[in-house]
Amino acid sequence: MLRWGRALRPRRGGAPGGAPGRPLRTAAPLSSDIFRELGRGLGRLGQTLKDQLPALEHGAGGWTPPGTPAGPRPPEEADVVVVGGGVVGWSVAFWLKALEGRRHGMRVLVVERDPTYSRASTVLSAGGIRQQFSLRENIQMSRFSASFLRNINEHLGVPNEPPIDIQFQPSGYLFLAPPQRAAKLEATVRLQREEGAQVALLSPTQLKAKFPWMDTEDVAVASYGLEDEGWFDPWTLLNAFRYKAMSLGVHSCSGEVQGFITSAEDTVSLQTARIKYVHIHMPDSLEYQPVTCAIVINAAGAWAEEVMGAAGLPGVLCQPPLPIQPRKRYVFSWHCPNGPGFSCPFLIDTTGAYFRRDGIAGNYLGGMSPPEEDEPDTSDLSVDHDFFQERVWPRLARRVPAFESLRPRGAWAGFYDYNAFDRNGVLGRHPKLENLFLAAGFSGHGLQHAPAVGRAVAELVVKGRYESLDLRRLGCRRLVEGEPLEEDGVV
Amino acid sequence: MAALRAVLGCRGAPALRPPPGQSRGAAGGLLQRLGQWFYEVEVVMAWGERLRQHRLRSRNAYRSFLRDTYGENVAAAVFTLSCGGGVRFEGQDSWIRPESHWRPEVLRLRDVPVVALDLSGSPLNYNGLDNLVPLTRLQHLDLSGCPHLDDWALGRLHVFGDTLQELSVARCPRVTERGLATLHHLRELRRLDVEGVRVPSPGLVRILLEEMLPDCQVLGMDLGDGTGTPTGGEKPPA
Ligand SMILES: Cc1cc2nc3c(=O)[nH]c(=O)nc-3n(C[C@H](O)[C@H](O)[C@H](O)COP(=O)(O)OP(=O)(O)OC[C@H]3O[C@@H](n4cnc5c(N)ncnc54)[C@H](O)[C@@H]3O)c2cc1C
Repeated sequence: MLRWGRALRPRRGGAPGGAPGRPLRTAAPLSSDIFRELGRGLGRLGQTLKDQLPALEHGAGGWTPPGTPAGPRPPEEADVVVVGGGVVGWSVAFWLKALEGRRHGMRVLVVERDPTYSRASTVLSAGGIRQQFSLRENIQMSRFSASFLRNINEHLGVPNEPPIDIQFQPSGYLFLAPPQRAAKLEATVRLQREEGAQVALLSPTQLKAKFPWMDTEDVAVASYGLEDEGWFDPWTLLNAFRYKAMSLGVHSCSGEVQGFITSAEDTVSLQTARIKYVHIHMPDSLEYQPVTCAIVINAAGAWAEEVMGAAGLPGVLCQPPLPIQPRKRYVFSWHCPNGPGFSCPFLIDTTGAYFRRDGIAGNYLGGMSPPEEDEPDTSDLSVDHDFFQERVWPRLARRVPAFESLRPRGAWAGFYDYNAFDRNGVLGRHPKLENLFLAAGFSGHGLQHAPAVGRAVAELVVKGRYESLDLRRLGCRRLVEGEPLEEDGVV
Repeated sequence: MAALRAVLGCRGAPALRPPPGQSRGAAGGLLQRLGQWFYEVEVVMAWGERLRQHRLRSRNAYRSFLRDTYGENVAAAVFTLSCGGGVRFEGQDSWIRPESHWRPEVLRLRDVPVVALDLSGSPLNYNGLDNLVPLTRLQHLDLSGCPHLDDWALGRLHVFGDTLQELSVARCPRVTERGLATLHHLRELRRLDVEGVRVPSPGLVRILLEEMLPDCQVLGMDLGDGTGTPTGGEKPPA
């Protein structure tokens, strides 16, 4: 239907890449076949035995008497508590286990209040990944993430499970710039190329030759990502992170983090404090469970600031407040039989409206961010269909005349984890709560940056500093000092 | 061996802290231990997988030293031959194959561009393409039956946009319609073989390919005859 198939993992017939007897010229050495055979047999046996186990740590499946809270209870103590089980939270959890020095060295707990993910941004996003950002850190994170997604089976593959297929569509992003923004776009592309991204600049003539379905009249220049850009299935990525993290021993529980107990005693002359307990409120009950913890990670996406407002955190320590707020964004889907064909990129119009192809049957999806003064109400996820009729459609139909006749198919809304300060993620240690780390506020590009963000935060926790990417500029200091780190390429 | 030790369960890592709350007495304990034992087996399996990946990686490694000494064309040719493939340089009628006595001959051709590569059935993957993308005169590329070639890799073929005339990705099990969509960059393409590529509806994909590459002949994906489906089990449309 409208959202991406919720089927967990697409099982392709005949396990691509792993099929035995494929016509490789040089026969693979015997040992790997032994591994493979051994793997199958023991895997089956292991599964049989595992199925006999009482529901242990993850409590997957299993009958519970009515009235008891769904899902496993949280443990009483954990080394790291991750608040929020969206793609960012699970990525952090996965990387913590991947980087921990010795196995079972760290007890990581991911707390998610809504196991159906009905409001989580991750599964309501448009699934895009691009290299075309204006901030070096964002480009670097995208490069890291593209390489991660390309080799996803090396990172997140689980033995004896079918390979992960995130259904990546490598069609590129196409940014169109009017004359007044042409110079800026060209400068941004220079930066992207410096970072190793493959981005082409196209003149209107070249654009028209490549995409004859487009009206290029008011376009001065366009930038087109040639590699590592496109879109993929967010559900598959979220599930892959979650599945792998749990197979590495991460605990998960459904419940809402509603309070903290800190080491702060005297709240007046307070400079810093540590969080000692997290209070997890169990679903459909009045109970809450305190969990002792050494480190807390706030990966609550659009609700990251709400978490900071939870009971028990002294107000003085939460200054400055996180500028992260939910902002409602619609995604509309339509059918247009003679719209842009196979070559259709993820197009970002001069007006800020965007669209992309959705499958091969003439379906498209797109949307637009409203102007600041028209931000829709965020109390629910209802869709304003007039927004498409009045704002989005006219703009897209001007760009792509074929869209003048189209049939709307449906729409949904999700929340951007919008950083009103500078539209970039806030990453790293909290300035006053010593054992709290932040990973939120990615303002519409958090899905694609999740692999890099997870690794970066895990490095901070495990090694005490950034190792693969230097993301210090994305830290909280800029909030304290009031110096925004702007990203121009927010769609 | 470490693997063996792990299989036998003599491990150095400390045991898990007991899981909270539940326990089912001795039987539960035994089952838990068995469960952990199989966790170890999974680790061994993961090593096996990593070993396979390591081999694949080294076979696709980029040979910069060859390029520095002999230039891009020779480097690409040597890579192809070491994968068991065939090479044709400009002006040649016959293919150089690994069986022939190729080394001295190829190394002499350092200033002659490579125009055709046959990498069918080779372990080429995304990284292996590093060896080929510098080629500026490539006209013919046969990648049929490459088990590790995926959509990400097809996305890199845009570099041959000005020259490539014939391409085969027939029977590549990991290529899908999503990768085929990136071939619009190949403006000079005259022949594209996509036989046996798994796509949801071959007839539609063929139409889309022909519309995207109007001057190109698309082979092996026939309207609804099911050759493109994995099992051929799809009914032809009436
Ligand atoms: C319409 C739309 C289109 C988008 N398109 C793209 C795109 O093309 N590319 C891209 O990269 N990004 C895109 N994004 C942005 C991307 O979806 C987000 O940045 C990303 O998903 C953020 O991930 P997250 O894990 O931080 O948040 P979420 O997925 O929202 O996860 C946060 C989780 O925390 C849980 N939570 C909150 N508070 C608590 C609490 N107190 N206790 C327990 N759990 C709690 C919530 O239930 C939620 O599940 C888009 C977003 C939207 C809305």
